[in-house]
This record gives sequence, C-alpha cells and structure tokens, in this order.
Amino acid sequence: MSDRAETSPLAVFREHCDKGELAYQVDEKGTAFFYPRLAAPGTGSGKLSWKVSKGLGTVHATTTLYPRNSEPYDVSLIDIDEGFRMMSRVEKIDPADVKIGMRVKVRMIPGTDDTPVYPVFDPAEDA
Amino acid sequence: MTDLRGNCCIVGTAESDLGVVAPGMTPFDLTAQATMRALDDCGLKLSDVDGFFCAMSQSRMVSMAMCEYLRIQPKYFDSTQIGGSSFMAHVSHVQAAVAAGLIEVAVVAYGSTQRSVSRAAASAREPNPYEDPYKPMMPPSAYALAASRHMHLYGTTRENLAEVAVAARKWAQMNPKAYRREDLSVDDVLNAPMISYPFTVRDCCLVTDGGGAIVITTPERAKDLKRKPAYILGTGEHISHNMISSMPDLTVSGAAQSGPIAFGKAGVKPADIDVLELYDAFTYNTMLFLEDLGYCEKGEGGAFVSGGRIAPGGELPVNTNGGGLSYCHPGMYGLFLLIEAARQVQGVAGDRQIDGVDLALAHGNGGVLSSQCTVIMGSEATL
Repeated sequence: MSDRAETSPLAVFREHCDKGELAYQVDEKGTAFFYPRLAAPGTGSGKLSWKVSKGLGTVHATTTLYPRNSEPYDVSLIDIDEGFRMMSRVEKIDPADVKIGMRVKVRMIPGTDDTPVYPVFDPAEDA
Repeated sequence: MTDLRGNCCIVGTAESDLGVVAPGMTPFDLTAQATMRALDDCGLKLSDVDGFFCAMSQSRMVSMAMCEYLRIQPKYFDSTQIGGSSFMAHVSHVQAAVAAGLIEVAVVAYGSTQRSVSRAAASAREPNPYEDPYKPMMPPSAYALAASRHMHLYGTTRENLAEVAVAARKWAQMNPKAYRREDLSVDDVLNAPMISYPFTVRDCCLVTDGGGAIVITTPERAKDLKRKPAYILGTGEHISHNMISSMPDLTVSGAAQSGPIAFGKAGVKPADIDVLELYDAFTYNTMLFLEDLGYCEKGEGGAFVSGGRIAPGGELPVNTNGGGLSYCHPGMYGLFLLIEAARQVQGVAGDRQIDGVDLALAHGNGGVLSSQCTVIMGSEATL
C-alpha cells in the first residue's frame, strides 16, 4: 500500500481560495498554523485537519512600498482570528492609512491565466 | 561539553577590492583576492591552509568553485549558508574542527559582485506562493514590517532610526575604504526617497561589490605570525524562522538567544565589551540588536541610539567601520563585522581605532532577521 500524498498543501489551499474560502490547518491539539504543511510544526505529526476561517483578522504589522515607477501599495501581516498570521495586502484605502490594530475582512482576488486566486483584506470596522 | 574558549584566534584579515570592482570580475576573483591578502596580512601561505569555509549567493557549490580556483585540497570544507550571518557560524565550525584535531589553519572567505551584476542577478529569489502575490520588496519590506511593530509598541520614531544611519556615516568618515563618506544629517535620512515605510533609502544598507577573508589558526601557530591574535572566546547561533510572517515576535530577534550563549561561553558580560560590530542591514537592526544583546531594555533602543551615543565620541562604539549603511554591503555582510572586530582587538583599525580594546563583539544577521549569530573575541589579556 502506498502512502503517497495525493494532493499538496498548496493545491488544497488554492482549491479553497477558488471557492472564496481562506483555509488553514490545525494540528492534533487544534492549534492553528500557516502556511499549510504536510507535517505539523513542532511535532512533525501528519495528523492534520483543514479548517475554513471566518476571514476576519487584525493588522499586526504594516508597510507601504514606494516603487519608482508605479503607485504605492500596502504589505501587511494579518493576525487571523482563528490564531494564525499571514502576509497579505490591505486594499480599498490609501496604503499610508493602514494602521496596526485595524480590523479587516478577507476578499479573494480573481485568478488570471498567470496568477491563481489569492486573498487580500479590506477594512472591516465593525467586525 | 569541550570548552572551546580561546582554542583558536583570528590572525589575518583583509578586504578584496570594494565598492564597484573592475568589469568582468567574478565573486570567485574577489574571494581569492581577499584570501591571499588575508594570508599575506598574517604571514601564512596558501599551502598552510587545511580548512576552507565560504558561502555566497552567487554560487550554489562554492567550496568546489574556490578549491578549484585556488587549487587547494583542504582537509575540511564548509559552505554553510544561512545568509549574512553564515561567517559567524563558520567561525564556530572552525573552533569545532580545530578542537577535533582536523585542521590548524582555516580561511573564512566571501565575495560578491552584486553592485556590478544587480541585486536581482546576485541572489535569485526563491518562489514563495504565500508571499509573492503581495510583491513585498525583499528584504527591506520584511524589516520595515518588524520596525512598524516596534514603533507601534514603543513609540520608536523615524528620527531614532535616522540617528543610526548618521552615526554609521560619522564612523565611515574615519574609514578610507568606506563607500559613502559625505556628510549625512537626520533630515537627509528622513527626506531621502521612501523605499518601504518607515525606511528611506538611507535607512537601507548599501549595494556594493566586495569580498573579504579572515585567517584563523591555533594559539601555538599564531606565535610566529605578524599580527597580534584576536582569540575566539565564545559563539552563539540561533535560527528562529525563514519568512517574516513566521517570526515569533517581530520586536525580539534571535540575538536574544545567540547573545547569552556567546557571553556565557566567553565568561563576560555585555558591559565588558569595548566595541560592537552589529549587522546593520537596516537602521532598525542596530537598535534591535542593542536591545536583544542586553545594552538597553526592550523598547528603549530608539532613545538609546539617539544623541550620538553610538557615534564617534559617544559612550558605546558601534559599527566603527561605518557599517553596511556606509562602508560596504556586498550582499552577505557578516564577514566584514568579523574583520572589523578582529582589527579592533589587534589594534590595527587606523584612525577609527578605539583605545585599549580587549573585547569585541561581532553580531551577524541573515535572511529576514532569521538567523542570528554572535562571536565574542578578545586579546591575550582576556585568556
């Protein structure tokens, strides 16, 4: 009997993105982690479960990038309510107005021929 | 565990050509040039070298490339690659190899032509499906994210960060090999083009070509050589993450782990150190490492680096060569920290020599605050 993995962690993550879902994994104790893996960080256990986040989080750290030939944009680290942190971009406001502690909600950027569907965040004051 | 304190010493140091090197020069040319200059500095020959340690971003199999170039067959070679702190790790591996009786004369070397070939060509980025969609400018954006957190929690300001760049520039003005030596003010730093907030281009390290080498041997072999030895008293290494989103705490680096390990092995305290060489890839690094190595409380780094405390004439000499911010930064800068710390202990640092240096600390950083390695070295009086 083969124990070959039939899907990669990245493929599962992207399948969820395609459905508009922000997915993450938890280990045997229910501790969330990101990015998705085949082995749980710290224990190496392969007994992992996929979950779908409610998509709400808080800006943990933020920077605005100023490319020489294009408009400034945001890169932030988002603490997702279910207990993991990921890099993303806060949109819909001036990047310089993105603040640490700001509540945000996930939204998927549609895929193209070159890029897969991926999650960004919008301000969500009441969330 | 075997006590390695002082079991070997740095006897020779050298830079290759720095800044913008001659057209067509390769990183191997610069590594070889620095190696031969460092051997000449101490009076050893290439045929004496039985251990070769090297890492670079422009070659995946650099031990082979350099052994071929120099036509040497060392008994021990090591190309551990953990970014800019690789060379501090090499020093601790040299100690272990010497203690095991494997080698007696080691060269730790580096070379890069990243200014000539461009940063993108010098270090190919590894694809990262979880970060690439957001187009972070790496590495500046990672360090900027960390700095944003420090500013948020502790009220650290852009002016505090700028003080680090100004202090580095003042040291660089005393180093004839420094790439940038013109006057620099806090306002100059603040008003320079913004790269990734809160960093302007003057908060970011230089992009230069360059290489370097140090020669390490046993105290016995060092007796007949040209230079006073800088003894390796203690080293500490720590890896905390790879991606910035996985850093356990953006305001506490692995220097808080590697520092105490190195101080413990050396049997000295932070206050005993006469001169500090800290990897200043960005202005934030210097204040973060001062906090994590025990020079001020967590969160007080901004105030600590202000008012000229770490500049020439200040109470704590930091980055006396001008640092990665003003002297040179050929990609993986850690080796140059070891060179400067050794020279300060040897008493050969020229105009910027600090009086009576018995203990020096070199702290390397790699990746995006990911690997942190500390080396403490001392004069014969510290043995």
